Amino acid sequence: MESQETHRALVVPGEAFAEGNYKVLTPSYVIRVNKKYVATVVGLAQVNEEAKEVSVIPLEGSYVPQPEDLVVGYVVGVGLTSWELDIRAPFSATLYAVDFLGRPVNPAKEDLSKYLAVGDTVLAKVEVFDRSRGPIVTTRGKGLGKVTRGTVVEISPVKVARVIGRKGSMHQLLEGETGCEVLVTRNGRILVNCPNKELEDVLAMAILKIEREAHIPGLTDRVKEFIIREKVRRGLIGGEAEAD
Amino acid sequence: MSHTPSPELIVPKLKASTIVNMLKKGMRTSGRGPMEYRPIEIVPGYVRNADGSALVRLGNTVVVAGVKLEVGSPYPDAPDEGALVVNAEFVPTALSTFEPGPPDENAIELARVIDRSLRELKAIDMSKLVIVPGRRVWVVYIDIYALDHDGNLVDASSIATLAALMNTSLPRVDVDESGSVRVDRSTRVSPLPMNNKVVTVTIAKVENVMFVDPDLDEESVAETKLVVAVSEDRRIAGLQKSGAGGFTEAEIATALDIALDVGTNLIRLAASKLESSGAGLTPLGERSTS
Amino acid sequence: MERPKLIREDGLRHDGRRPDELRPTRITVGVLNKASGSALVEYGGTKVLAAVYGPREIPQKHLLLPDRAIIRCRYHMLSFSTHERKSPALSRREIELSKVIREALEPVVISETFPRTAIDVFIEVINADGGTRTAAVTAASLALADAGVPMRDLVVGVAVGKVDGVLVLDVDELEDMFGEADMPVAAAPSLGLVTLLQLNGVLTREEFDSALKLALRGASQIYEKSREALRDKYMKVRVEE
Repeated sequence: MESQETHRALVVPGEAFAEGNYKVLTPSYVIRVNKKYVATVVGLAQVNEEAKEVSVIPLEGSYVPQPEDLVVGYVVGVGLTSWELDIRAPFSATLYAVDFLGRPVNPAKEDLSKYLAVGDTVLAKVEVFDRSRGPIVTTRGKGLGKVTRGTVVEISPVKVARVIGRKGSMHQLLEGETGCEVLVTRNGRILVNCPNKELEDVLAMAILKIEREAHIPGLTDRVKEFIIREKVRRGLIGGEAEAD
Repeated sequence: MSHTPSPELIVPKLKASTIVNMLKKGMRTSGRGPMEYRPIEIVPGYVRNADGSALVRLGNTVVVAGVKLEVGSPYPDAPDEGALVVNAEFVPTALSTFEPGPPDENAIELARVIDRSLRELKAIDMSKLVIVPGRRVWVVYIDIYALDHDGNLVDASSIATLAALMNTSLPRVDVDESGSVRVDRSTRVSPLPMNNKVVTVTIAKVENVMFVDPDLDEESVAETKLVVAVSEDRRIAGLQKSGAGGFTEAEIATALDIALDVGTNLIRLAASKLESSGAGLTPLGERSTS
Repeated sequence: MERPKLIREDGLRHDGRRPDELRPTRITVGVLNKASGSALVEYGGTKVLAAVYGPREIPQKHLLLPDRAIIRCRYHMLSFSTHERKSPALSRREIELSKVIREALEPVVISETFPRTAIDVFIEVINADGGTRTAAVTAASLALADAGVPMRDLVVGVAVGKVDGVLVLDVDELEDMFGEADMPVAAAPSLGLVTLLQLNGVLTREEFDSALKLALRGASQIYEKSREALRDKYMKVRVEE
């Protein structure tokens, strides 16, 4: 299932990786110099000769908000009618009280920190980000709002795709092997809810392993083996699957 | 901390594209050719209390440079030479965005580029500026003030500096037996000893077109500049790429060929203007048509 | 200090290098934890650390530009990095170098990606033995790449000098101090652009041509090492078994 990865190459800014005519799938990370396609970031370049497509998946970088992105934000400021959230983007995001509470607020009577205080965690969706002002997020939607259970595992936002995997395969593996609920958000803050602390540790370690080894082929199999081995080591399952 | 500056001047896009399109055809909005300087006016001895000075008008850019000679200690690593200190300030008279305060990075860069061109070329004969060997020497303070900014402050400053140095004379000094030095500024004993002359030539680039002496509009449109210090004997006495952007190797070669020609001409022009000019002081407001 | 002989009888330099030889170069990417990107670059005894923070919002909103990120850059020498203690206050030299280094980076950074933000580049010279600004450019461009800031190319720097009448690559402090000319150059090799060029000294037109060619040859060697160092950060990650 990961045979595709063999077509990938590690590239650095200024490095040409294809020549001719291709469709660029990741325009932020590929420029055209003369007839060549040049990477603008450290990343994995992929050239699809059949579809005539090129792309570079960055290995480093900050989160750039896009409308509809699911994100986890931390409250860093409480205003009169809105909260300021850190969503790991170059700009902090705004969550309006009228959106969160579903009704207008009277700043003279209500103190918003009653509902969300500095340090609170919020699951939200990016509503608007047009680059002329900071992103605005909303908590209207199923499951969105203040997070009160579980924990957050932070990874680099550019590695999010690997934690999800092809057609969600890695995500399914993580949930299946650990029995935890795993919610992967676009800004690299992964919400996890596990049956117990031991499994939470195993899951967190597995996610960090994915982040670290995202560019090395054969990732899914390695992660699966890793989780089984850790579970055995902790006595969560029997030793039959132990690998050497 | 150095930061990407806000534009000194926002040139409307229509005007900017006119400037660029004309330059591509070898023309400029002012009617100048790409390798042509604006009219240069030099007023030597503009500041009576300085030991040497000059006001330079390069088109509408106005710069005044003054030389003050002070008795001081030599640098420890050069006990038998005079010392040189160059400072530049862009005063708030020059442009609405110039604020009062210590020199900013642009003024510091300008001063250091001119300082290096003089120092590396040994333009001033420092060995002749010793009063008491190893102990007392002349310190040459060159201060440059940009009064009115219509682009290319560096070249205007370098011409003003050269003119001020050529206008500088050494006061008489008496050293008594205890070694203390008395300066008599009312008596001048000799011109400041010079070995060589140097000016800078600034070459601006926009969309692969190069041109000299950018005015403020052109400077705001330009991607980058190369400042070339050119000596009278046609050598490169310093370089500074200034401004964001870059040059190809071939562009640099072209720029240097231009600079060496233009620079030696500028030095000749400056020297001839200094010879022909009297001691008369032109008030700042009066513009000669020369 | 007595002026030493910089070119020996056998044509080699005082430290035994050929005129066109770089000092041993060590480049490491991702050396800091908190910074968005970082790099440590050593050219012989010169050791320079660069850290990048951002793109990010900054309190000084008036500096920000509506259509692009600004780059802020500080070149700073640690007080004990030089033979004689350097005052910790920023000198005029450091202010100028902060500017020329920033302007060496500007042409490659795709700043339009992050309007109204600042990308901060902090450079600390830990030990100075000549060529600190050029090592700083190399380190800064690698730190930017390590931070994931999109760039058209890497920029690498190296200085060429003229000592005892001979053009030499990658001048050290002794050669800088007693040489006739010092020409720091930085280039974006794949773009074929020179983005930093200074000359302290006097060269003829012909000498300049040779000096620039020598610098660009040195730069392409450092460029290769820089690319390797960037890849190394990932190549060194071993699969845990």
